[in-house]
Amino acid sequence: MSFLSTIKKYDDFSFEDYASGITEEMVLSSLKKEELTSKDFLNLLSPAASKHLEAMAKKANKLTVQHFGRTIGLYAPLYISNYCTNHCTYCGFSVKNKITRKQLTLEEIDTEAGQMAKTGLKHILLLTGEAKGLTEISYLADAVRVLKKYFSSIALEVFPMDEDEYILLRDAGVDSLTIYQEVYDRDIYSQVHLSGGKADYHYRLDTPERGARAGLRAVNVGTLFGLGELISEAFFSGLHARYLMDKFLETEISLSLPRINPAEGGFKAKYTLGDREFVQFILAYRLFLPKAGINLSTREKEEFRDNLLKLGITKFSAGSKTTVGGYNDDGDSTEQFDTSDKRGVDEVAAMIRNQGYQVVYKDWEAMW
Amino acid sequence: MSDKFILGGVVFNSRLLTGTGKFAAKSLIPGMIEASQCEIITMALRRVDKTSRDENVLSYIPKEITLLPNTSGARNAEEAVKIARIARAAGCGNFIKIEIITDMKYLMPDNEETIKATKILADEGFKVLPYMMPDLIAAKKLEAAGAAAVMPLGSPIGSNKGIQTRDIIKLIIENSDIPIIVDAGIGRPSHAAEAMEMGADAVLVNSAIACSSDPVKMAGAFKKAVEAGREAYLAELAEVHDTAYASSPFTGFLEA
Repeated sequence: MSFLSTIKKYDDFSFEDYASGITEEMVLSSLKKEELTSKDFLNLLSPAASKHLEAMAKKANKLTVQHFGRTIGLYAPLYISNYCTNHCTYCGFSVKNKITRKQLTLEEIDTEAGQMAKTGLKHILLLTGEAKGLTEISYLADAVRVLKKYFSSIALEVFPMDEDEYILLRDAGVDSLTIYQEVYDRDIYSQVHLSGGKADYHYRLDTPERGARAGLRAVNVGTLFGLGELISEAFFSGLHARYLMDKFLETEISLSLPRINPAEGGFKAKYTLGDREFVQFILAYRLFLPKAGINLSTREKEEFRDNLLKLGITKFSAGSKTTVGGYNDDGDSTEQFDTSDKRGVDEVAAMIRNQGYQVVYKDWEAMW
Repeated sequence: MSDKFILGGVVFNSRLLTGTGKFAAKSLIPGMIEASQCEIITMALRRVDKTSRDENVLSYIPKEITLLPNTSGARNAEEAVKIARIARAAGCGNFIKIEIITDMKYLMPDNEETIKATKILADEGFKVLPYMMPDLIAAKKLEAAGAAAVMPLGSPIGSNKGIQTRDIIKLIIENSDIPIIVDAGIGRPSHAAEAMEMGADAVLVNSAIACSSDPVKMAGAFKKAVEAGREAYLAELAEVHDTAYASSPFTGFLEA
C-alpha cells in the first residue's frame, strides 16, 4: 500500500464538477461535524465554503486551543548546501540556474549554529539541495552531530532517502522530517521536475513513510501552492496527512502550506493562491485534522502572519535566512526563495506574546 | 477533619494535581497554583529549558510545591527510565509520572511498557505514578510492581469528554490498595467532582485549566469541585434508582 493508491482513486473524479454541486447545506453540515470525512474536507475547501470563513475560524481556533493550548512553537531553517543536480523549473537552486554554489564545512556549520542559537531557538530545520555525490549522508550525519551541541530538536528537509539512511541520521540526532510532495498532480509533477532524482514521483511520495518507519518522531508534509490546481492539491495534502496518521500511530504528522514566492530563474506560477483561500485552506486543514500541527513560514508577510496566529497555526519560523551561510554573512550565495517576514526571532516572539500566546522555544529533547 | 491524601508516604491536603502545559503564558502558573491550592504539579521534562530563566518553567513553581516530572515523549520503558533518572539527577525529586505513548493519534498509553518501567523505577526508589489505560489486571500489575498510585485515563487526553471509562475505573478503585488518580479527559469541574464521588483519591487536571480563557478562575472552580466530590464520597452518596422507591416498604407488615 502506498498513498499513490488513494490518489489513483480520484483519477476519474472531477473536482470541478463536484465543487459546482456543493450546496450551502452541505457546507454547513460539514462544518458542524466533530469528525470530518474526506468529502466534508473537500466541501470546506470549496468556493461554496468561502462565505463561512468566520464560522470556520471560530471552530478552528477552539479546536487548536483545545489540543495545543495558546502556544506557538518557533523554529528556523538552516541551509548548509545549495548544490543541486535536479532541474526543477520553480526552484532557485535548480541545476540550470547559474548561482553561487556553496556547501558549508563543519566549522562553518558550527559558526552558523552558534549565531542562530544566540536567538534562543532550540528547534531547527536543516536544509540542502539534492546532490548526493557531494552532500553525502555521512556529511549530513556529521553536520547533525555539530548542531546537537546547540539545538534540542533537528528536523531534516533535504532530498528523499532510503529507510536505512534515515535510521543513520536518526541515530546521529535527527528527530523530524519535512518532505513536500511539491505537487500531487502526476502530470504536472513530471512537467516541473525535468531531471534529477526528484523526477521520481512515487519515490518522493513514499518518503514520509520511510521516515516514519525509520523511527523519526515527526513528519511534515505539504504541497507547494502554485504548481497544481489549488483545491485538489490542498485536498491531497490533507488526505496524505490523514493517511500517514492512520498508518503510523506513533508519528506526529503536520502540514505546511508553502506558496510560491519569486525565486531565482523567474518562474511564473500557473496558479495563484490568494490570501482568502490560503486562510480557508488552513481552517479546513484544522477542522479535518484537529490534532495535526500546522506550520507557517516567513514566506508570508508580517501582518498576514500576525493575523493567522489564532486560526490553527501551531509553529512559526522566525528570523529565517534562506541562503547558505546566511546567519553569519548577508549572503554571497543565492536565496532558495524570497522571505517576506524579515523580523528577528525576538520581534516575532514579542508579537506572539502580545496576542496572548506562549512562545515555545523548546518542545522536544531526546533524553536517551 | 483529617481527610489527608497520602501519596508515596507524603501527606497532602489537596486532591487536585495540575500541570504546566499549554498555558498562554508561563507567568499564569503561580496564580493558577494559588487558586487551585494544588500541592503537586506535573511537567514534561523534555520541555524544561534550563538555559533561560524566562523559559524555565521551574522558575514559576513555588518551592513548597511537589514537582511531578513526567516522561512525556518516551515510547518505551527504557526511554521512560532514562528520563526519570535525569529528572532525579536534575533535582526534581523522587516522584515520577510515567507516560509512555506510542500512539500520537489518540495519545493512548502503552500499559505493557508502563508496567516494565514502573518495576524498574520503583526498585530504584522512585515514587512512581503510572499513567495508564484503565484495565484492572494492568492496575494490579502496576501495584505489584511497586507503583505509588495508578493514574487511569478518564477519556483521551485533551478530549474534555469526562469519565468515559467510568465502569472500569470503579473496578480499579474497588480492587486497589494504592491511591487512584484519574488523569486525562477531565474537561469540566463536574467531571472532576464525578471522579471524586466515585471514590477516586485525586484527579489530575491540566488542559481544562490551562486552555480556559481564565485559567486562574477555572483553577478555583476545579478546587471546589474536587472538594465537593470528595465530601460527597465521604458522606456516602444516596443510591440512584431507576424506578420510584416506596418510602413505606411493601413488606413492612411482616416486621410488625
